Amino acid sequence: MTALHIPQSVFDSIRAHGEETYPHECCGALLGNATPEGWRVVSAVRAGNTRTDSAHNRYHIAPVEIVKIQRDARRQGLDIAGFYHSHPGHPARWSLTDLAEAHWLGCVYVITQVAHGKAAVTNAFLLAGPTEEDKHFEPEPIEIAK
Amino acid sequence: MKIFIPTPLRPFAGSQSSIETDAPTIAAALDQLTSSHPDLKKHLFTPEGKVRAFVNLYLNDEDIRYLPEKEATAVRPTDTLSIIPSIAGGLPPRQ
Ligand SMILES: [Zn+2]
Repeated sequence: MTALHIPQSVFDSIRAHGEETYPHECCGALLGNATPEGWRVVSAVRAGNTRTDSAHNRYHIAPVEIVKIQRDARRQGLDIAGFYHSHPGHPARWSLTDLAEAHWLGCVYVITQVAHGKAAVTNAFLLAGPTEEDKHFEPEPIEIAK
Repeated sequence: MKIFIPTPLRPFAGSQSSIETDAPTIAAALDQLTSSHPDLKKHLFTPEGKVRAFVNLYLNDEDIRYLPEKEATAVRPTDTLSIIPSIAGGLPPRQ
């Protein structure tokens, strides 16, 4: 059984990001290392939501931002463990669009419900495969590390 | 040129995070990559041989779709090619 291991400070920072961008969706990347117990997240990197046309219910991270985030991660000996985004006024469950547009198999997608500007439930889902054609989200327990 | 492999494609690339190629163009480098790691092919290309819609390829910091010569662009050993699957999602419209 794997889990998403995440330090309290990083967990708090991604939830705070969702409150700051409310009523728009926030998004960002999670950096860490793969272990037999699941991803161990070390840090989160905020990204801009390029969907300024529909930011209250869409998110998209510019790939060039990921190019740079991946480069910085490598320098620190980290990998992209997954991504996070917020659901303003919606539960912390993945949507069909979230699944259709998720392509990082083996990575975690963390969703925070933001209700009336306050971060509520945060859930993590592992994008399991093995391929794009049979991908699906599996709930991944969140383990807060010190 | 070094090709950076994103986390989800590493299982199909011998667990490597980057692979060195010595091809003269982007297309030739991708050929080299998929001939040494054939399992990568279906993750990167459609059966018709086009790059899959959700796969973004960046030569250094440039989207290759916007390079004048696209995949035929010549590359130098110091260039890097990043494979970046799209990151997006959305909520259903409000009732
Ligand atoms: Zn979502």
